[in-house]
Amino acid sequence: MEDAKQLEAFEAKIAAGQKIEPKDWMPEAYRKQLVRMMSQHAHSEIVGMLPEGNWITRAPSLRRKAILLAKVQDEAGHGLYLYSAVETLGVDRTELLKQLHNGTAKYSSIFNYPTLSWADIGAIGWLVDGAAIMNQTALARGSYGPYSRAMVRICKEESFHNRQGYEIMMTLAQGTPEQKALAQDALNRWWWPAVMMLGPSDDQSPNTDQLMRWKVKMESNDAIRERFIDRTVPQAEFIGLSVPDKDMKFNKETGHYTHGPINWDEFFQVIKGNGPCNANRLKARADADKNGAWVREAAMAYAAKQMKEKEVA
Amino acid sequence: MSQDSQWPVWEVFLQANPGISHKHVGNVHAADAEMAIQNARDVYTRRSEGISIWVVPANAIAASSPEDQGAFFEPSNDKPYRHPTFYKIPDGVKYL
Amino acid sequence: MNIQEAKFEYLLRLGDSSLIIGHRLSEWCGHGPILEEDIALINIALDFVGNATSILAYAGQTEGNGRDEDALAYLRSEREFRNLLITEQPNGDYANTIARQFLFDTYMFFLYEELKNSKDETLAAIAVKSHKEITYHLRHTTEWMYRLGDGTAESHERLQNGLNDLWMFTPEMFDMDEVDALLIKEGIVPDLNKVKASWEKRVKEVIAEATLKLPETTFKQKGSREGKHSEHLGFLLAEMQYVHRSFPDSNW
Repeated sequence: MEDAKQLEAFEAKIAAGQKIEPKDWMPEAYRKQLVRMMSQHAHSEIVGMLPEGNWITRAPSLRRKAILLAKVQDEAGHGLYLYSAVETLGVDRTELLKQLHNGTAKYSSIFNYPTLSWADIGAIGWLVDGAAIMNQTALARGSYGPYSRAMVRICKEESFHNRQGYEIMMTLAQGTPEQKALAQDALNRWWWPAVMMLGPSDDQSPNTDQLMRWKVKMESNDAIRERFIDRTVPQAEFIGLSVPDKDMKFNKETGHYTHGPINWDEFFQVIKGNGPCNANRLKARADADKNGAWVREAAMAYAAKQMKEKEVA
Repeated sequence: MSQDSQWPVWEVFLQANPGISHKHVGNVHAADAEMAIQNARDVYTRRSEGISIWVVPANAIAASSPEDQGAFFEPSNDKPYRHPTFYKIPDGVKYL
Repeated sequence: MNIQEAKFEYLLRLGDSSLIIGHRLSEWCGHGPILEEDIALINIALDFVGNATSILAYAGQTEGNGRDEDALAYLRSEREFRNLLITEQPNGDYANTIARQFLFDTYMFFLYEELKNSKDETLAAIAVKSHKEITYHLRHTTEWMYRLGDGTAESHERLQNGLNDLWMFTPEMFDMDEVDALLIKEGIVPDLNKVKASWEKRVKEVIAEATLKLPETTFKQKGSREGKHSEHLGFLLAEMQYVHRSFPDSNW
């Protein structure tokens, strides 16, 4: 039973803009929601290494290769920060990975789409990281201390991801006609998944009110989506590319773009595991874990031997 | 049977510049201390954030609890005489 | 062969080895045994790619035909690559990768230590920067030699197999030819016999400390100095170069 007084104090603390720390009292629903969100976020970073990692060995210049390596490495680092934020709530990484590998944990739907050309690396940095940063900047103001601190660090590091993606797209769009076609094709394929990755419409997200009050969620999905579209459409126009939405129009009265219908059916199918790459992504992660088991075990065995030697000495 | 694990957790403290104290920045998983230092270097100094690293096994850290907050920290609130601003010194007096 | 030609050739040997082993390491990205090690491997791969970029850029300048680092990396074919055979060997399991890295990192550590004193200022400057990076790589791989060698029975066996398989590629690292002779005389590069002595001493020490056996194969694979590689390199280059080559004269 949760003490009404504790709940009141908890909510007052959040309303006053204070952070909740791991050992503080918190409602079970808050803890559960945070574990769910943070672990999904962590898994997304780690699975997200795969579609981009695909292209490291094929990057078309040494400069691009180095940038992409550094970027994918950042994703690994961000996954690590987020796993450790979840660990503050008493769920360890071994358990989290088990949930990922057996399919019970979710991760961002976007990483179940394939990267089919070099331009996709540009599109991911520009669109996917662009959308993610908008979400993360909001989450950095969230109420749970460890999550919020991880977000601050991640946002700081991610600003280059977004720019390098746009730079790739710009270079292609200003290149040969073949390169420009590559860029437009990537935009065509990644636009809708990026618009969808910010989550279902508000009328389909049941817990929004409570989560907003507890500052677990800071903004509605639709509000973030609107900002993403408002900022991104002109960026596309600037480099002579067009978003694949014939209904996209700027509304002078509201100052926002209105977009065509979103195919939510596709979104829920991908979330359910029916995206083009779900099976491959999970297999790659599970294989890495399985093939690494003897390595991790050897390191522990060696550490134990060293400890013993020290004790004897 | 093998005991699979993701290795123990080590808390990481970084000194950003000479002369200032080490600050907690996060943690890493590692099988031993040497590995923890190397992992901390690879994870937390990718953008030259530090010049010195401490790692401490997470289970070796003891912490005060939130319930202690009142008893631990409030008593010092009513001891303003520990702060230099508590004392009135005439304007003309220098070097105090 | 004049000094300039010899230097170009020598720089290709250095730069190609870094480029190719960096490529192999980057294949681990997203597939490492634990998240922290993924991050460490990418750091090392990044250092190699950076080193290759500096050296190939300098090779292009030395040659003087307007080829830059990308032209050299992306527009040469198998027979023109000068990387050591050991660098192109596939990753295998993690023990195999560690064995390859250890044998090569140790070589690079002692080689670049000497190159820091090169009378060629540009090469010396690159060597100073790279030697710091390699010092860290070697520390990382050496620690892993101990952990896997003296870890479990399984890791010991896997690492011993890795060492045995790769051993035949090591003598080639110390081969010298006309290129070396010319540049040694000018004080630009070291005599590899000196590097060899340091390498053998260190490798023996670490292998013993890691409770492993020094491999006994005396058979020797060579050919990289003349661009004769294993079959692996062709596949690696096909992957590395195809985007660049599919869009000739493009900016990226």
